[in-house]
Amino acid sequence: MVLGEQRDGVLHPVTFELLARGRELSDKLGEALSCVVLGCGMERFAEEIIQRGADIVYIVDNPMLRRFLPRPYSTVLARLMKEVKPEIVLAAATTQGRTILPVVAAKLNTGLTADCTGLDIDPVDRTLLQTRPAIGGNVMATIKTPVARPQMATVRPKSQKPLPPDKTRCGQVVLKTYESGIFETCEELVDVVKDRTQDVNVQDADIVVSGGKGLKSRDNFRMVEELAELLGAAVGATRDVVDLGWVSYPHQIGLSGRTVSPKLYVAIGISGSVQHLAGMQTSETVVAINKDRDAQIFKVADFGIIGDLFEVVPELISKLKERSNTKAGREG
Amino acid sequence: MRIYVLLKQVPGTSDVKMDEETGTMVRTEHKNVINPLDENALAEAIRLRDTIPQAKVTAISMGPLHAQKALREAIALGADDAVLLSHKHFGGSDTLATGKALAQALVNLAGGSLGPDDLILCGERATDGETGQVGPMVSAILDVPVVTYVRKIVLEGRHIVAERVVEEGTEVVRLPLPAVITVVKDINQPGFPTLAGKLKAKTCDIPVLIPDDLGLSRDDIGLSGSPTRVVKIFRPKLSRDTVIHQQDTSGVAVDALLDFLEERGVI
Repeated sequence: MVLGEQRDGVLHPVTFELLARGRELSDKLGEALSCVVLGCGMERFAEEIIQRGADIVYIVDNPMLRRFLPRPYSTVLARLMKEVKPEIVLAAATTQGRTILPVVAAKLNTGLTADCTGLDIDPVDRTLLQTRPAIGGNVMATIKTPVARPQMATVRPKSQKPLPPDKTRCGQVVLKTYESGIFETCEELVDVVKDRTQDVNVQDADIVVSGGKGLKSRDNFRMVEELAELLGAAVGATRDVVDLGWVSYPHQIGLSGRTVSPKLYVAIGISGSVQHLAGMQTSETVVAINKDRDAQIFKVADFGIIGDLFEVVPELISKLKERSNTKAGREG
Repeated sequence: MRIYVLLKQVPGTSDVKMDEETGTMVRTEHKNVINPLDENALAEAIRLRDTIPQAKVTAISMGPLHAQKALREAIALGADDAVLLSHKHFGGSDTLATGKALAQALVNLAGGSLGPDDLILCGERATDGETGQVGPMVSAILDVPVVTYVRKIVLEGRHIVAERVVEEGTEVVRLPLPAVITVVKDINQPGFPTLAGKLKAKTCDIPVLIPDDLGLSRDDIGLSGSPTRVVKIFRPKLSRDTVIHQQDTSGVAVDALLDFLEERGVI
């Protein structure tokens, strides 16, 4: 069973990554794959959920579920899981998933593994093998939940490609209704404020351009922002930079900030402390620009330029502009 | 009002040895620190306490005996008292077993049930396990609400108004005490030990609770009380075939980068 994630009444694409994972596991076990979505008016996504791999979609629709709140969500999910008795439950390792799954796991007295980057089925005992990083990613652990059920895991976003929609797939949509008391809560969502400093948040972005202390000043940090804009990327930063006040905390990447795993991570003027690497070392492609050839960041880079970023980055920016102008010229 | 801070002593470096057999961390008495986010939680607890007459801050931890050091540090930083859960049978606990033990300790310390304006604070995650699970699990076991990823707490009588950091921005949630709140670094700058705190930390008694004190049986705790089990640990091969260019005036390095990015389908 996979927990669909909705934000603001819209199904978040991480749901499709989870479905891809779930599909693979279900096929190995020869079991059906279900997906639960809590919210208001979420039924409209059921068809795509089936196209992306689900056999059954459970929709729980109620105004009290419009936005994520731990109490009603956990009460409903615990009840549903007791009814359906899934072998495995997956959710995204997002602020929602990392909050709701431990609450439900404790209610169900079962095991939960956080932030998995690998999931597989043990061919011998058919249990879930849950692999995740620990200690800032310096150690990987494979974990099992031998007896307790369901086996629960949160899965790192962007660690799995979603399946393309298959319009030939069929599935069942089940609208679950419950007595109104189940949705009651003492929690009140008073306000929601969207972060206006970034169009795409670092965790959802395909490309992240990140700057470190090497940029020397807030003004210079604009180079990072300019490059990010050119690449359609989100802006990331090290802890030092955030502590200096050059950017706000949502941009911070690392152990006490956010963990990202984008297609491309560009590290500019970042030395690559263990704490920072922990937040980005599973990125698909890493490019580093630093004048120190011994900088740790080069250990996790696929491509590195040893040089003065005040030369490299402007050159990169102007050449990128050139390339896109040439392309536009050709297509025009 | 009592504010409980769930605090974990973690290795200060990433140079941690794993016990290959049990798959658990070998926690030595050297180079340990208070989990950074728990320091933030403690500083917040102290700040809140100082606004409420007669409020107290109690730091609680579960760990080997040397975790007492972290608790003494908490007192030096301003906690009123501290309690350690420690026994070899607690060893190897996963997040659920840890949550159960801490929850039971909280109930005992609160005299049978949490007070109506009690607050439980902890960091959103610890730097070693990084699961972020214990806070929410404790809230579920105690059947009290939880707010996670909190960067700002305002007390309104018996209610908390908490601002939490989510992927797309922030949410403001209001809920009644007692409650569990997990905090992020953004909430404050951790404080410094005071002279008075250090003196108190030197001499104060830090009770050590064992499973019997909490009425917990062997099956509830430690490895046997943990539904999850580590079956393998390994060091990830993070080697990439790094292509390195030296920047010079020829422009070759940046050209190569652009080709590389185009190859990878990024531009």
